Amino acid sequence: MTKVKRRTRFSWRTQLGNVGTYVLWTFMTLFTLGPIYWLFSVSSRSPVQVFDKPTILIESFYWENYLKVFNDRVVRDYLINSLVVSTTNAALVTVLGFFAAYALTRFKLAGASNIFFWTITNRMGPPAAFILPLFLIMTQVAVFGDWMLFDTRTGLILIYTLFNLPFAIWLLKGILEGIPIELDEAALIDRANRFQVMTRIIAPLAAPGLAITFILTWIFAWNEYLFAATLSSANARTITTRLAEYVTSTGTNYGELAAVAFIATLPAIIVLVFVQRYIVTGLTFGAVKD
Amino acid sequence: MKSKRNANRVGWWLLSPSLVLLVLVGIVPFLYVIFLGFHEWNVFSAERGRTFVGFANYADLVFDQPFIEAAGRSILFTVVVVGVELVLGFLLAQSLIKDFRGKVIFRTLYILPLVVAPIAVGATWRLMTAQGFGPVPHFLKEVFGYDFNIGVNSGQAWFTVVLMDVWHWTPFVTLTLLAGILAMPRDPIEAAQVDGANKWQIYRHVTIPALMPIIFITMFIRIMDSLKVVEEVYMLTNGGPASDTTFIGLHIFRTVLQKTDWGYGSSMSLLVLYLTIVVSWLLHTVVTNKMQQVRP
Repeated sequence: MTKVKRRTRFSWRTQLGNVGTYVLWTFMTLFTLGPIYWLFSVSSRSPVQVFDKPTILIESFYWENYLKVFNDRVVRDYLINSLVVSTTNAALVTVLGFFAAYALTRFKLAGASNIFFWTITNRMGPPAAFILPLFLIMTQVAVFGDWMLFDTRTGLILIYTLFNLPFAIWLLKGILEGIPIELDEAALIDRANRFQVMTRIIAPLAAPGLAITFILTWIFAWNEYLFAATLSSANARTITTRLAEYVTSTGTNYGELAAVAFIATLPAIIVLVFVQRYIVTGLTFGAVKD
Repeated sequence: MKSKRNANRVGWWLLSPSLVLLVLVGIVPFLYVIFLGFHEWNVFSAERGRTFVGFANYADLVFDQPFIEAAGRSILFTVVVVGVELVLGFLLAQSLIKDFRGKVIFRTLYILPLVVAPIAVGATWRLMTAQGFGPVPHFLKEVFGYDFNIGVNSGQAWFTVVLMDVWHWTPFVTLTLLAGILAMPRDPIEAAQVDGANKWQIYRHVTIPALMPIIFITMFIRIMDSLKVVEEVYMLTNGGPASDTTFIGLHIFRTVLQKTDWGYGSSMSLLVLYLTIVVSWLLHTVVTNKMQQVRP
């Protein structure tokens, strides 16, 4: 689409409207960035400076908070756990969600709409309700000799499908509905099998949608706290649980707390800045599709 | 005919891994919660075993003051935050329709809170309102001489929790409403303009009715999420002062995990889930009725 530049007559009313828009958006951006900036600012304060008056500018940067956090083996282990769990989970739900969405859009399955609705309802319940049965299953049912599912990365990867898989199916269903079914049929007539159709024809066309799904589910998994805090005890704990541990321990070190919170937040923010345009479409896709 | 049936079998095969996983992590625990709801079971109490008590848990819940209060607080909280976020989100979405220099930058910065982990949101606002060095109490004290302490004053604690939720979720509401507005056909608006309707009349009778489905979906998602909010509040106020910001999610969390009152906690979460479904269903009916009235 080409933009036609039209010369409009100068009008005080439009100018005033423009000023209003900038005032509004400057205010909103300050409101959203302020707390994040303050988080960063606190992470730059030494234990002595922390309780000083708040200042707008950061006067001196106390790197020890970050060094201490990064040299802490626990934090490093937790970061690795977070990375492994969210990446594996996002890959798993993107692939399974793609299969499921393909099945739901390409085949006339009995009760397909009910199945779809049911997958969505999995996200409805209060998470605290699921924790106890999942805990019991993981400690008493999924046990093989000395090994149990509780406190393993595998356990968290499987459990995160509870909220991520319905989301992936929901998102990808909307995207696959937009790809004409005639493409499948033409390829099938040319003696391609289903697997080839899915991997060589549909997947490349749905690539942006698959990428959005992977990114958003990755962020959700990275940010999860309740399940990680209750269904792991030592080996599989993620970075979000570290954050809570800083507060509950006696004599909170606010500088280090802020550093951990900032480190935990940074990956998602970087991802958002790079792909924000796609996230805007991605988040709203299913909703617009109705 | 036979090939068609074979083709459908392929469809079921593709769907089955997702269904199996969701049954394992969703349905099985859910059935177990129903089962536990009829039992009394607390591993740290004198009687450790699980005993069947029928509907006794549910009968107790009706007269359980802390539970009723927490549920009431959650409903009030949901009404307030969803209301504020919808109105604010709608206004902001309106101003994002037209192009202006730097729109993408403003929008990107504005939606940042969306990807911050709930637990980190709680930590951030805790630092914002901390006594002594938090900018909010400091500024209010210096400029207005106003004491702000969310550890003591429950009104201020409420205000901060609401502000935090608005900070975290208004971007989401703005984006969904914006998508809805952009996807809306222009013809009815132009027709109304031709008929001489003013701006307010167009909003009232054309834009908002046409946006009703997307407003409803957004509202639905936000109601579900704010009824089950736990982490942010746990981190910010830990339910205090006293239990003035203990919402239902946090109350269940405490009953199940801290008091290990497993049977009672299970019946509590089932009742909440049931009420959530009823509220959503009522909302759905009201909105569909409204829509039918608007579109004859």
